[in-house]
Amino acid sequence: MILDDTLGLDADSFYNALMDAHAGLTDAQSHALNARLVLIFANEIGDLDRLEHLLAAARQTTTP
Amino acid sequence: MAYDYAPFPYTPPPGLTRPEPRHPVVIVGAGPIGLAMAIDLAQRGTASVVLDDNNVVSVGSRAICWAKRTLEIFDRLGVGERMLAKGVTWKVGRNFHGENQVYAFDLLPEPGHKYPAFINLQQYYVEQYLAERAAEFPDLIDLRFLNKVTNHSDHGDHATLDITTPDGDYTVEADYYLACDGAGSATRKRMNLPFNGQTFEEHFLIVDVEMETSPFGSDDTPERWFWFNPPFHSGQSALLHKQPDNIYRIDLQLGPDTDPKEEATEAKVIPRIKAIVGDTPFRLDWMSVYKFRCAKLDRFVHNRVIFVGDSAHVVSPFGARGGNGGIQDVDNLGWKLAAVLQGNAREPLLESYNIERVHGSAENIINSSRATNFMTPKSPIEALFRDQVLKLATEHPFACKLINSGRLSQPCNLSASPLQTPGAALVPPGTALIDAPLHDGQDQTWLLTATHGNFTLITASPMTLPDIAGIARIGINQSADYPCYRATDGHAETRYGTDKIYLLRPDGHVCAVFDTPAPAAIIAARDRALGAMI
Repeated sequence: MILDDTLGLDADSFYNALMDAHAGLTDAQSHALNARLVLIFANEIGDLDRLEHLLAAARQTTTP
Repeated sequence: MAYDYAPFPYTPPPGLTRPEPRHPVVIVGAGPIGLAMAIDLAQRGTASVVLDDNNVVSVGSRAICWAKRTLEIFDRLGVGERMLAKGVTWKVGRNFHGENQVYAFDLLPEPGHKYPAFINLQQYYVEQYLAERAAEFPDLIDLRFLNKVTNHSDHGDHATLDITTPDGDYTVEADYYLACDGAGSATRKRMNLPFNGQTFEEHFLIVDVEMETSPFGSDDTPERWFWFNPPFHSGQSALLHKQPDNIYRIDLQLGPDTDPKEEATEAKVIPRIKAIVGDTPFRLDWMSVYKFRCAKLDRFVHNRVIFVGDSAHVVSPFGARGGNGGIQDVDNLGWKLAAVLQGNAREPLLESYNIERVHGSAENIINSSRATNFMTPKSPIEALFRDQVLKLATEHPFACKLINSGRLSQPCNLSASPLQTPGAALVPPGTALIDAPLHDGQDQTWLLTATHGNFTLITASPMTLPDIAGIARIGINQSADYPCYRATDGHAETRYGTDKIYLLRPDGHVCAVFDTPAPAAIIAARDRALGAMI
């Protein structure tokens, strides 16, 4: 499945903000932050069909 | 005071000396499910023989949480009010993470229901009340203790059972064999039926302690308290409930690598309890260490052998879906089996028990498996997500909804079943009756009590309900030549609306809704609920 761009010109800013959010954290703290982000983003999306679609997309990219 | 386990009397069954006539129904197992089944059938005029290899009620409190819908069914069976009077009523659950409360929920925030969200009552009391109720039907319920079924076979139009007693062996024939013989069902094993599902590796310790001082604090409001990583039991989970007679149920997660024999000893258990209750004096009443699984049969109806309760499906205890699910089986099967045996419906109606309760138990298994998975993370990443949910929940309401310490038993929705006529209303077809307070000018009553046991039309509209043979009628806020009541505090109008007619099945589920009182549509819906479309 292919996910189209929706961030547009904000893509770089978002990526930078995500890196900033992790700055200075230990690996364990970063993992915990990522887990919280997944949960918070899921709630923002709020649509189970869409979420299952996104989970599948992320899972598909896993390298063996 | 410890419960007094009085043995039920054994009397040599007639089959030892002469062949018995074929029985319409033989029920194997006199636990809550078998006894409730016999009472439901007896109230409908169908006789049964109940066989049990034991002669005392359940040892240990076992099933303690009885849900509102179960109590409504028990009301119909004549033991609901007694259970409510003895039981500990509760409706609030609190989840803690460490020492701090992260989320509380109220399972019945609105007034106007005869029964509360839950009561806690030890299984031995429930079995005692049911056995005493069963004894009120001496011509219809033949209770035989110390009668162990050793074999059975299905002969197409009946089943035979080989039975052993202290005085020897005998055989009976039955039109229907109801296997209410519990999670370890010997019936299921004899038939080699696959019983597949998920087994959980975690051990849990379950302890009943009697003590005068309430662990629920100074105002002693009984609630359901669940801890993730409690201060008194680090890294695990714990659950606390109150039962009658100052007995408290404590469930402690012990992890997968533990010796169940060693854990179920006073030397191990007493320090664990002291860590929770401190120096308060207490008495150990009962304890058990167990693992559990979620599993069910693919089919509950096997020609003349029908599985009911734990013999058909087992779940983890978190969510109170075992006993409560089993009682919904009884409620679903009773009227159908009586209708088939009395010639009011054809045998395919029984297939709808299979459809509806396989669906209901699948729902229970999904809910109970998910709760168990949340509580007992199986990998570091599962533990990470679980802990972050608990952290977020202290600030964000959305995360509270993700906390799963058990999704407590709800009435099963049967909207997809072929017995229901599709339709839209405030209480749509497939939904169990929603109770409401009524009065008849003199006495307060309940919609629940007014509609027990038969096909019933109800309406809170001005429409006059048609007179149809075999269908009872209840009018709300109207006067007519059938029983009519006033709604108390407007609850019935709010819950049912004032522009619909509802048809209830004998188990109190809405099976059709109507905008007009046309008899033809009502008769068609009733016939459909009796299996015309199967």
